[in-house]
Amino acid sequence: MSTTISDRPRTLAEKVWDDHLVVKGENGEPDLIYIDLHLVHEVTSPQAFDGLRAEGRPVRRLDLTIATEDHNTPTLDIDKPIADLTSRTQIETLRRNAAEFDVRLHSLGDKEQGIVHVVGPQLGLTMPGITVVCGDSHTSTHGAFGAMAFGIGTSEVEHVLATQTLPLKPFKTMAITVEGELKPGVTAKDIILAIIAKIGANGGQGYVLEFRGSAIRSLSMEGRMTMCNMSIEAGARAGMIAPDETTFAYVKDKPHAPQGQDWDDAVAYWRTLPSDEGAVYDAEVFLDAAELEPFVTWGTNPGQGVSLSDVVPDPASFADPNERAAAERALQYMDLRAGTPLKEVPVDAVFMGSCTNSRIEDLRAFASVIEGRQKADNIRVMVVPGSARVRLEAEAEGLDKVFTAFGAEWRFAGCSMCLGMNPDQLAPGERCASTSNRNFEGRQGKGGRTHLVSPLVAAATAVLGRLASPSDLPAVEKVGA
Amino acid sequence: MEKFATHTGVAAALKRSAVDTDQIIPAVYLKRVTKTGFEDALFANWRQDPDFVLNQPAFAGASILVAGADFGTGSSREHAVWALRDFGFQVVLSPKFADIFRGNAGKQGLVTGVIGEDDLEAIWAAIDAQPGIEMTVDLHERTAVLGELRVAFDIDDYTRWRLLEGLDDIGLTLRNEDKIAQFEARREAWRPRTLPVR
Ligand code: SF4
Repeated sequence: MSTTISDRPRTLAEKVWDDHLVVKGENGEPDLIYIDLHLVHEVTSPQAFDGLRAEGRPVRRLDLTIATEDHNTPTLDIDKPIADLTSRTQIETLRRNAAEFDVRLHSLGDKEQGIVHVVGPQLGLTMPGITVVCGDSHTSTHGAFGAMAFGIGTSEVEHVLATQTLPLKPFKTMAITVEGELKPGVTAKDIILAIIAKIGANGGQGYVLEFRGSAIRSLSMEGRMTMCNMSIEAGARAGMIAPDETTFAYVKDKPHAPQGQDWDDAVAYWRTLPSDEGAVYDAEVFLDAAELEPFVTWGTNPGQGVSLSDVVPDPASFADPNERAAAERALQYMDLRAGTPLKEVPVDAVFMGSCTNSRIEDLRAFASVIEGRQKADNIRVMVVPGSARVRLEAEAEGLDKVFTAFGAEWRFAGCSMCLGMNPDQLAPGERCASTSNRNFEGRQGKGGRTHLVSPLVAAATAVLGRLASPSDLPAVEKVGA
Repeated sequence: MEKFATHTGVAAALKRSAVDTDQIIPAVYLKRVTKTGFEDALFANWRQDPDFVLNQPAFAGASILVAGADFGTGSSREHAVWALRDFGFQVVLSPKFADIFRGNAGKQGLVTGVIGEDDLEAIWAAIDAQPGIEMTVDLHERTAVLGELRVAFDIDDYTRWRLLEGLDDIGLTLRNEDKIAQFEARREAWRPRTLPVR
């Protein structure tokens, strides 16, 4: 082998990279990296399969490939044919391709169907120290396990299907250290929104972010996934968090988790993954967890965010002329006036879902705030589980009853209102508090206005009909108490 | 991807410069779910004009396109190359190509040869004099010959080598298939497997 791994201290990302090196690139050529897990969905795979077909190539590793339907799937009437022709064609094409190439597919109606980034972890396929790709930018989610996970384009999807490898140049590394204890009501979503506001929506470009520090270690796996999910909103290639006991406990006994001796071997290896003492990052950022508050975006990129208790910023306050112009455009699109307290901004809709925040823990958090209350009049509230399995779990816990008693719609699994590709969309001009990850113009439907928030803020907002955090709510009078 | 050595076919003159990818294939065709079958989409708007060069009987079945400078600018859509290829083009000659288009073309087996402005005019004149004339493109020699006219074209060594060997990106990677197989043989048992379904 030509690869010699030196004794110099390495970061988590470097270790995972080194352990997947098939061919080390010489003279500026990319390295050839092995891919442990390839997730597939209907939007970015059709041309990849067509390319294989044209060249007469098979899928190299069916046992490392899994497909699910998510972006185009309706979340109501899922047993009826999909009305939109483009959506239906994409789904039907995936079904045909999966059948022809023998790829494992979880279709609408199947109990493992759901958003690709929710399905991988819940099956126990996502685990520490592996490489994960998918034709989807939010593949970064899986980095929460200490995996190297990133989105790829359609020609790369074809490449991975055919070779199970990718030619890649090493990424730079950025350590983002969050130390201290979070205040009550402050969540992983608020941390990542604060990070993006701090380093900017392009601040992570070319980097793998490694989130570290005591505040990160105290997060659940769901919270860690929320953070890594949104690394991409900072422009990064990927986000990673070193695996620890929380990670192992989450993976253990999942359907595809290693068992017996394999489990012991795996954990022994996983324990070697955290960055070495003295490992050097290309950049470092620090945050004090105790200073963080519930966060909300006011603009049309995820970096345009402030504390919920703040006011809509004045574009004139931005020194950078580009940022100032972007802020002006954003305020116009969002129909907001500088100086308005964000807590006075009324909403038309609340969307609780997406691969950022649609896992069971997210639904529990949302339910804990709204239980025993009524949603505000004149707003619609949609709760969309990330996967069919999450839906079943939530129903087993009775959460669905909490949602429907509150006045929310309880839907089937999918990307839903995270993007305007399926029937769940905002009408032009509608304003939404959304637990998703992107607030671009028209992302949730043409002309729709998005405020990115945590599940707790989404819940409080649904109660009051304006942006709010749980601490703004009056106490619930418990029946019989 | 097939190996390319020499190709002889009808040359068509596209007398426009800065032909962008939106002209090569309009965005409405991007909704399709295939990577082939885009022949109808090529220059779709221009082809509605009966006088458009590719609508002339003399150029039916043309396989070499000789276009003005800055061919393939605009959005990076790979579909532009697919559409040219599906229509039957194997070679595009132009004084200048957009970089991304050139990169995409090389990966899909479409030869993009850079010619001088004088040679462009000479080729267009020769085609005008004899519509339907055949051209022979030799990738080894980097020459294009039609009738009496012999023109040299540029193509970078790496892309030329890939085209001569018929290597798309996947083919290139599969030259290391033994190394991939060795890597797979030493992969630990605990790593994820999607099959069997548990
Ligand atoms: S939920 Fe949204 S961000 Fe996540 S995969 Fe679906 S569309 Fe993409």
